[in-house]
Amino acid sequence: MAPASASPLASDLRAAYLRQSTAFCPGCGHGIFMNAFLRAAAALPLDFDRTVFVSGIGCGAWVPSPHFLADTLHVTHGRAVAFAAGVQRARPDLNVVVISGDGDLANIGGNHLIHAARRQIPIKVFCLNNWLFGMTGGQVSATTPRTARTATTPAGNPDPPFDLVRLVLGAGAPFAARWPVSQPRQLARGILHALQEPGFAFVEVLSICPTHFGRANEALLPGEAAQSIPWRMLEWLRRNCVGRERAAGLPPEERAGKILTGEWRGEEGWP
Amino acid sequence: MPKPHRVTIVESLCKGQACALCAQVCPASVFRPADHPTPQGIMPMQAAYPEKCTACHQCDQLCPDLAIDVIAEGAEPAPLPARGGPFPRPNPMGGWVERPALLPAGSYFMSGNEACAEGALAAGCRFYAGYPITPSSEIMVHMAHRLPALGGTFTQMEDELGSIAAVIGASWGGVKAMTATSGPGISLMLENIGYAIMTETPCVIVDVQRAGPSTGQASRPAQGDIMQARWGAHGGVDLIALAPWSVQEMYELAIRAFNLSERFRVPVFLLADEIVSHLYETITIPPAVRTFERVRLPQDMPFDTPEIDGVPPMPAFGEGAYLLVTGSTHDGRGYRRTTDAAVQDKLVRRLSAKIRHHQDEIDDWEAYMLEDAERVLVACGSTARSALWAVQAARRQGQPIGLLRLRSLWPFPDTVVAAHCRGRGEIIVPEMNLGQLAGEVRRAAGAPVTSLTQVDGEPIDPRRILAYLQEGRW
Repeated sequence: MAPASASPLASDLRAAYLRQSTAFCPGCGHGIFMNAFLRAAAALPLDFDRTVFVSGIGCGAWVPSPHFLADTLHVTHGRAVAFAAGVQRARPDLNVVVISGDGDLANIGGNHLIHAARRQIPIKVFCLNNWLFGMTGGQVSATTPRTARTATTPAGNPDPPFDLVRLVLGAGAPFAARWPVSQPRQLARGILHALQEPGFAFVEVLSICPTHFGRANEALLPGEAAQSIPWRMLEWLRRNCVGRERAAGLPPEERAGKILTGEWRGEEGWP
Repeated sequence: MPKPHRVTIVESLCKGQACALCAQVCPASVFRPADHPTPQGIMPMQAAYPEKCTACHQCDQLCPDLAIDVIAEGAEPAPLPARGGPFPRPNPMGGWVERPALLPAGSYFMSGNEACAEGALAAGCRFYAGYPITPSSEIMVHMAHRLPALGGTFTQMEDELGSIAAVIGASWGGVKAMTATSGPGISLMLENIGYAIMTETPCVIVDVQRAGPSTGQASRPAQGDIMQARWGAHGGVDLIALAPWSVQEMYELAIRAFNLSERFRVPVFLLADEIVSHLYETITIPPAVRTFERVRLPQDMPFDTPEIDGVPPMPAFGEGAYLLVTGSTHDGRGYRRTTDAAVQDKLVRRLSAKIRHHQDEIDDWEAYMLEDAERVLVACGSTARSALWAVQAARRQGQPIGLLRLRSLWPFPDTVVAAHCRGRGEIIVPEMNLGQLAGEVRRAAGAPVTSLTQVDGEPIDPRRILAYLQEGRW
């Protein structure tokens, strides 16, 4: 297998795998994920002719549909995992990949997600977590960090968020991972690992929504006003994400508040 | 001096300075904003100083729009795996076929729910997803026992939302698929039933009606979901609903439900009720059954037809059709057209017309003693059994009365009802709800309609109908 760094041209990836140019806002983290996903798919390779991409409603759901030149099933809000379970059970000869957002998979669709994890249905689920409902104008979601400002939490989010990796591992997932879009090479490698899993695999992709989250929470972002909000959000991810192996060697005061990234196996127990 | 690496940005893809991730990630200051806008009015980034590029590949891997190519001098970009076929294309033409019934021909004693499951299997159903609910659960249990040996798939889902979702997913996998539930489950399924209508996905939904509203009386019969089946999903376009009155018809109409579903690419309701589902009767399994097989002809218009009332062919996943299935308003190839008035109008009208304009293929009824009848009972489901008993009893007493039994409820058989009711003295509609069927009959009959309603969770006693016929008392 070719290493992820021996990468093809973006123009070749577009010609082979995409139907159209991206429909996302400037600097959208979902676009960075799409770029990394296509590189991982080319490296594996994931046969797009034998793969069904299932997505729900929201910005994350737009990554496969209408972009990917493959069989795509763009379904009702929250139900992507349940539709995917039906496709997989009826057609075990096909790869079934779910790509959708945090609101779709963790808010309205949380029940399907934990049951697919429990049943270890051999689908791959990529949750593009941009920390709020982007398409509807930036409302609080089940993954919005506490105190963050959204359209529906103008005084800051009072509720704690889900830790999606712990959630699916607790539900019985054999494999879960978390990678930020700020490290695209690492992300592509992580996507490739998940796609290689024989059973249920879940990846929380820490994405960014510059349009809604970034603008509403600009005061929290590092960097200067001369830098673009997407860049400053990526910088925030770089500073606040730490690999689980490295975190294990850090003193508690340096670990506090950091987001752990990496891969977990179900038999390890909860992170 | 070595030749520089090549860095290019496709300006039409670039979203400009609001992004500018390339310029900020580049350690060698290769990029700067262009001095001219794109046709979209964006000032794109440009690789102004490619000679500085070190081919570190950070920009092309970070670009959210896949707009940047970096070709390191002397290096070949990684080639992509080949795409395209050969693809399996099982029986692309589809259409009517005769296939042996699964069970050996003969007489069987079974319940309505078991007969329904056997009918579905005979029709070619090879996928079932469901969730337990009285009074439909025996269908699921029967499928769980029967499907694996037939090479099919049974899966019990986490809820009814997931059940119908899995059924629709399986149907796009090219497999005939069904679920069964009762009113509370239908309430949960309706959004995805609307999705099946919009995406033109064949599937069969058995609704064993029980007394509602809400949890109501789980083991008691009702006919309260007639309007829900037709109007429950938002948007209000047509689907098909059939109403069996016996165990034999649970078998036969289950087959017909699949045939209509595949023929018209639409979800079909089998609107049963608790009585016909739990009743045990002797039924006859024929040596062969006629089934309609999906037209899978690969083509680039799986979501539109040249005709205003056509049914497009439906390729399955994994056949190289690169399907774009979406519940959003879409054009013939599946591309979203969510602000196009003409596409929305054409789609909604065709979804309805493909059913309405072919109603002669769908309407299904039986007429009993109608030739000289001055009064006509109109009924469906188990209520029609009571109605027929009352008609026969009243005939013995010399009353000129008949029964029109509707076996298809949606699209409502207006012409059938009009043909049998117009000009009669009285049309009488007994039913286990507050007048859902009577309202439709009143609209279509062209004669005065009396609505006889019963909502106590008990079957309608045939003697009660007879008392009305004799004394006008209800």
